[in-house]
Amino acid sequence: MDAGRLGVHAVLLAYTVLALFPIVLILINSVKSRAAIFADPLALPTAETFSLVGFHKVLGATDFTHYFANSLIVTVASLFFIVLFGAMAAWALSEYRFPGGRFLAFFLAIGIMIPIRLGTVSILELVVRLELVNTLTALVLVYTAQGLPLAVMILSEFIRQVPGELKDAARCDGVGEFKIFFQVILPLIRPAMATVAVFTMIPAWNDLWFPLILAPSDATKTVTLGVQQFIGQYVTDWNAVLASLSLAVLPMLLLYAVFSRQLIRGLTSGAVK
Amino acid sequence: MASVRLQQLRKSYDGKTDVLAGIDLDIDDGEFVVLVGPSGCGKSTLLRMLCGLEAATEGTMEIGGRVVNHLPPAERGIAMVFQSYALYPHMNVYKNMAFGLKVAGERREAIEARIAKAAGILKIDHLMDRLPRELSGGQRQRVAIGRAIVREPKLFLFDEPLSNLDAALRVQTRLEIAKLHRQLAATIVYVTHDQVEAMTLGDKIVVMHEGRIQQAGSPLALYQQPANLFVAGFIGSPKMNLFGGSIEVAGPDGVQIRLDGGSLIRAAVDGSALAVGARVTLGLRAEHAQAGDSATELFAGQVNMVEHLGEANSIYVGLSDGQDVVIRGDGNQRVQIGAPITFSAPPSAFHVFDGQGQALRRLQPGNLVSARQLAAEASV
Repeated sequence: MDAGRLGVHAVLLAYTVLALFPIVLILINSVKSRAAIFADPLALPTAETFSLVGFHKVLGATDFTHYFANSLIVTVASLFFIVLFGAMAAWALSEYRFPGGRFLAFFLAIGIMIPIRLGTVSILELVVRLELVNTLTALVLVYTAQGLPLAVMILSEFIRQVPGELKDAARCDGVGEFKIFFQVILPLIRPAMATVAVFTMIPAWNDLWFPLILAPSDATKTVTLGVQQFIGQYVTDWNAVLASLSLAVLPMLLLYAVFSRQLIRGLTSGAVK
Repeated sequence: MASVRLQQLRKSYDGKTDVLAGIDLDIDDGEFVVLVGPSGCGKSTLLRMLCGLEAATEGTMEIGGRVVNHLPPAERGIAMVFQSYALYPHMNVYKNMAFGLKVAGERREAIEARIAKAAGILKIDHLMDRLPRELSGGQRQRVAIGRAIVREPKLFLFDEPLSNLDAALRVQTRLEIAKLHRQLAATIVYVTHDQVEAMTLGDKIVVMHEGRIQQAGSPLALYQQPANLFVAGFIGSPKMNLFGGSIEVAGPDGVQIRLDGGSLIRAAVDGSALAVGARVTLGLRAEHAQAGDSATELFAGQVNMVEHLGEANSIYVGLSDGQDVVIRGDGNQRVQIGAPITFSAPPSAFHVFDGQGQALRRLQPGNLVSARQLAAEASV
């Protein structure tokens, strides 16, 4: 291995350590007793300090499984709608010429630049008017809106790479536009859809802001909101907080594993033929 | 199968410039028509309009006696083979061929029977489970043709189907397409920019340039009596040699032309419409020039370059007046670069084009005596 590659690997390795450090810190402290966490946060759990009290508390004493289910429903539903509507909009914007098409594309580009949270007040008003406060539907709608601009951007780039003759061939075969989209285009942009899925699921899963504002009731609490109950003004139950955060990582890891094979192909498909 | 009739077909994208400027063309049932021309001449646009992928701005298109201007591609009874083959990358060969039929609601058994038949004709039965990326270029080409055949169309459209194949495969596939045409007795419209493909495949060749049909006719007719300078330059390889000159004597049974280089040439064309002194262009194909002794020769120059083709040589000659021409020589003959060379041609070998570039009628267009034949006769 030459010096250049060694250097690249050193940089990447350093970044990996940096990125993984907080996660590892959470994981090792989640299985330590409270005293041990405060005594030496960086130490690995030993036989004396090992304790699963946090997990017991999270899984036993509270509605945590319920919060998990909420988070999962919201994330998966948003993901589904973002990918579906994103791909449809991307197909329409890149394939058809219609008045206002350019404006619409520009409008979506603005959606990437301006954070959706700036509109929180109006979104809250809207949700109240629609009587969707304290429902998961409200969260799914907001996350779908939040994820769509980037999804449309990425997917239209990929759809444009699908050779035009393929669509022409399908049209000659008498295939309708919907069938072309679902049976020819979608299978070809699967890697891109996985990329979009990964990019949009994490913000939805991690969000604290909108659950807190739009759906703070106990029945609709998400994991990130649920964790807050262990964080008090005077006392924070670190065992429970760290245990629930550790658990919260798992579904994302699972989903990521599902998408990752496609994702890597998607990220490199433009570079290598 | 069906005949095709195009009347005053016009296409314009912006309403100002015409991509196609009034195309009139009749294609008989079972005819193999080749649209040929340089890139940008509108031939692919014409094909896409026939297919239904582009709308006509004006004019009518009839396939099998039915006006199809406003029908979607699937209802026109056509099938198209694309330049890039356009096979669905995520479907295996069988599904590629079955997709269109399935969408059309054909029964399973009917689909299977049709695919089996097409696969037999094209010898691709053993490839049915492969994905397009696992096929060679030639195999992909066959699958693309197979996908067209199973639709049992009235009209086949080919868009430069051989341009992605290597030279050897191209010749082979060309033969197979010709065979297929006879086997299916299908009406075919075939687009290419390769004049050899056009000459070898077509019953009728349509030469297009700048959105207009320059000439339509049998390969031999186009070769023997090109209608204008463009067709003359496009059909035949190497390109026809052209010389500027003016008329000295003109009549219905021949003309005499004084070339700008000084020589006086007799050409067997109908010159009754020409006045003495009119500017004309003289054309001579490389294969009709004959090298000979300097006493009777019309052209003199020196050899600049020689291409050895095996059975013949292409000899590039710089004439004494500075013009470059190419003539065909005997393949066995050794030609020295830089050596002086002279050549002539019989009056029947010449083409003459008037000031507008339109060809004059040749009096003996079938008299295609090659330089080699003449040389052989002379030596007897």
